[in-house]
Amino acid sequence: MGALLEIGLFVTLLALGYGVGRVLERRHYASIRRRERELADVLAFTMRFPPASTRAQDAFLVCGSVVVSSDYFKTFVAGLRGLVGGRFRGYESLLERARREALLRLKQDALARGARLVVCVRFESTSITSGRTPSIEVVAYGTALVPRPR
Amino acid sequence: MITSNLELIPGMRVAEHLGIVQGSTVRAKHVGKDLFASLKNIVGGELKSYTELMQEARAEAVARMEAEARSIGANGVLNVRFATTSITAGAAEILAYGSAVRLVEA
Repeated sequence: MGALLEIGLFVTLLALGYGVGRVLERRHYASIRRRERELADVLAFTMRFPPASTRAQDAFLVCGSVVVSSDYFKTFVAGLRGLVGGRFRGYESLLERARREALLRLKQDALARGARLVVCVRFESTSITSGRTPSIEVVAYGTALVPRPR
Repeated sequence: MITSNLELIPGMRVAEHLGIVQGSTVRAKHVGKDLFASLKNIVGGELKSYTELMQEARAEAVARMEAEARSIGANGVLNVRFATTSITAGAAEILAYGSAVRLVEA
């Protein structure tokens, strides 16, 4: 009886992770694409130096971050994948989503403070897993530049 | 105070380098947040309470770094870098460091 309950719980969690996780992922991608279009005119670059310009600029640090968690299904599949090696597609999309989200939030931060140009953008990710399901924090930071009026 | 991860600021000149300044904070999540997060771990997605926690921690680290810079007479911190380390399950250190400088108009 106990074993049956355990199997039942496992299957329920797996189904919940797969079903709800997929819906959430699809919605998140739709939201990312929409906001990426909206913020298309906020430019973000990775170069270490500001564009050659003689004009003085106000510069300040902007930041965007997100903590994302894997779901039960992905974690389970990743566990199996760990036996045979190869690509973890579930985790690839999780991290891609997180990184695009972090960059969007960086752009939102810049726009909210009146900037349309961010240079020296850097990404950083850290695993802050506490249980078995991985959670990852992704941060994007950079310097926003606003040309000063002459 | 100008804080940037660039090595130079357009229109400004570095008059004096004052060395490395840093600010850090170690944060732990509380039980309530952890409980909710473990539920969220079933379906995946963003853990909003953790995102906020890390943002607050990062703002705190930057504020401490700027305070240190101000205390040694700097008016800017250039080349700022962030680092995050998970110390144990449930606690993370957030570090911000950079070069304190005295900037003047070019």
